[in-house]
Amino acid sequence: MDAVMLARIQFAFTIGYHFIFVPISIGVGMMVVFAERRYYKSGVPADRAASNFWIKLFTATFAIGVATGITMEFAFGTNWANYSRFVGNIFGAPLAAEGLIAFFLESTFLGILLFGRKKVSKRFYYVSAWLVWIGSLLSALWILIANSWMQTPAGYKIEGGKAVLTSFWQAALNPSTAPRYFHTVAATIITGCFVAAGVCAYYMLKKRHLHFARTAMLWAVSVGLLVSLAMPLIGHWGALVVAEHQPVKMAAFENITETQKNAPLYLFGWVNGDGSTTGVSIPSGLSLMLGLDPEHEVTGLDSVAATDRPPAQLTFQSYHLMIALGGLFILVFGLALLMHFLKRLENARWMHWALIACIPLSLLAINLGWMAAEVGRQPWVVQGLMRTTDAVSPFVSAGEIWTTLGLFGLIYLVLFIAWIRIFLGIIKKGPEDTAEMLQAEKGIAPSPAGAGR
Amino acid sequence: MTLANIWFFLVALLLTIYVILDGFDLGAGVLYPFLGKTEEDKSVIRASIGPIWDGNEVWLLTGAGAIFAAFPMVYAMTFSGFYLAIMLVLFGLILRAVSLEFRHRDSSWSAVWDGAFFLGSLVPSLLVGVALGNVIRGVPMDAQGNYIGTFVELLNPYALLVGVTGLFLIIQHGAAWLAVKSEGELHGRALRYRRVTFWVCAALAVATSAATILTVSRASDNVFGRPAGWLFLAILVVGLLYAFWQMMREGGEFKSFVGSAVVIIGLAGIAAVGNFPDMVPARGTPEITSLTVERAASEHLTLLVMLILALIFVPLVLVYTALIYKTFWGKTKAGDADY
Repeated sequence: MDAVMLARIQFAFTIGYHFIFVPISIGVGMMVVFAERRYYKSGVPADRAASNFWIKLFTATFAIGVATGITMEFAFGTNWANYSRFVGNIFGAPLAAEGLIAFFLESTFLGILLFGRKKVSKRFYYVSAWLVWIGSLLSALWILIANSWMQTPAGYKIEGGKAVLTSFWQAALNPSTAPRYFHTVAATIITGCFVAAGVCAYYMLKKRHLHFARTAMLWAVSVGLLVSLAMPLIGHWGALVVAEHQPVKMAAFENITETQKNAPLYLFGWVNGDGSTTGVSIPSGLSLMLGLDPEHEVTGLDSVAATDRPPAQLTFQSYHLMIALGGLFILVFGLALLMHFLKRLENARWMHWALIACIPLSLLAINLGWMAAEVGRQPWVVQGLMRTTDAVSPFVSAGEIWTTLGLFGLIYLVLFIAWIRIFLGIIKKGPEDTAEMLQAEKGIAPSPAGAGR
Repeated sequence: MTLANIWFFLVALLLTIYVILDGFDLGAGVLYPFLGKTEEDKSVIRASIGPIWDGNEVWLLTGAGAIFAAFPMVYAMTFSGFYLAIMLVLFGLILRAVSLEFRHRDSSWSAVWDGAFFLGSLVPSLLVGVALGNVIRGVPMDAQGNYIGTFVELLNPYALLVGVTGLFLIIQHGAAWLAVKSEGELHGRALRYRRVTFWVCAALAVATSAATILTVSRASDNVFGRPAGWLFLAILVVGLLYAFWQMMREGGEFKSFVGSAVVIIGLAGIAAVGNFPDMVPARGTPEITSLTVERAASEHLTLLVMLILALIFVPLVLVYTALIYKTFWGKTKAGDADY
């Protein structure tokens, strides 16, 4: 295998791995804020125990997210030196800003969450929980700004063989920044809600920590449903931007081989060897979706040379699987909430298992979304400006990348095993049982309605 | 003073703050197996850096980001040119970041995480210095700013000497920190290690200076030929004397730690003055392919936007960092790790 392919595999592997932990951190970070707010208002030990529990899950995941994030910042220099030289004027700034504005906030106030419960006031602690979460959202913002510039570059000119900044705001708020940011953050919140709901479902299965589980489950399922219902709208916004600025990517999403009116929208399908698609589609669906008109003309893959098209099958499948999973999530959250109101949720074992299964599925969906976005942009690393094959470090050999790829594989495997053990260990142990919580579980204290407040 | 020069100064500043802040927790990590004789000692060492090490490390990430944004050619050249070394630093940082958090949650693997914490501290502490040594010495590169030497060439005696000097600088800095934060036997051990490593570091610094004067005269000429060079030499000497004086005094632990930070400022300043206006000099073809500040810098608007961001956020970060240090001020107790 050549060095370019190896560099791509290394980047795909390390970013995909990193992106298991980031969504969990951001999502569970939200649960920390909710729980800490509750404790800040009530002062009840049971609420503090609940908050501490989420903080444990959050920090165990955050640690590995931070560690594997360093890899990504370094990767541009180590493996993509030509890319770095070409876009450094523009792409470096958001990375530096991410450190300066987001990482410091997160990591500094994380110290308070970890070590400060007995050292600072309740209010300071509560504010710290917010700052850590805001920090993680800001981090996502800067990295999405950087990545969106690769999709829809703006605010630049090409000068002396490199991209030079002409407008900071145009580059930062390029056409795809906003829809892609909201899309990604919404996806991390859905993941977080499934982690929370899955944990609660596990306790309901085991009939443990029921007071805690009822409270958090209602939060997780309500927020999850709300956000996953908003997702099709946010996704649609993103799709419109893709169709306008990256029409070839849009064509690859639906495998529209020829520019056409009445372009179909596939629910699922398979790209055949000859380039045609077999599957179930809504006739004229894509034209309707993009132009509100069945006669709307959709740009096809034939608008560019074959060498300028992304790999068809991978783009098509990752995109459609992501959407299918998004539909499933609405269904699961909706059913779970309905069953909660019918007071059936606590004893519905199959629903508990469904919620638990949705944890890995939500992680799969968010990674498929990234695959669709990144693979769909190929062969470009910066849309229309630089090819991925031209972006690598010219003097880093295949042997060197094999070496590091092997080490990444080994270290990341060990870390994954460790993280899974620790994460499940925290869940198994559960939130600290305060006397009051035990009382509540015996049914003496709050009524089920009160428990869901 | 051009914007590019201001950014040379700012990058040097960010990296100096990094060495001062992350230096002591890296040093504590290297000393961990030697000073942590009992489970309680180990717990104190970890807790003494627990709330702050992550924020300290962000100075490196921000510094690297600033180099990427302000001097893309330097970022591309060093990170790809020192590929395997940078990757080893990276693996070290990963293991270290994870081990500190996981050690607390996972007692059955404690030996694994202890080892990861030590190795993850040792490898970056050594290799960052080796990289700096190569930058000062100059590296062979082509016209586009690609490193064209071999991996083995990076392990030359001069770079290794700078690396070992840096390692001991960080170790004595970590020992100084642990002397500030610990009590009882651990405190005594930390002080003893501090005194020994302080002298080793001073001796290595003298050797590095001599080697620089003898083999990298461009750098030493720059230092001796510029007022700023003499200023940082003076800062270095003052820091050394102050750190030494306080080290020998009862109750001078914190002041001696500050002295150590002043030493780091002096050394970093000397390195920066010695290299300026080169970011990375080219070995063999210095006039043609060296990455100078002007040649490596981004264009005006990028540097300006970054400067505005830095002027707003660096002071803000310093304020809340100080707040956190204040929160965790004083001797660390074994129970502090129980969160």
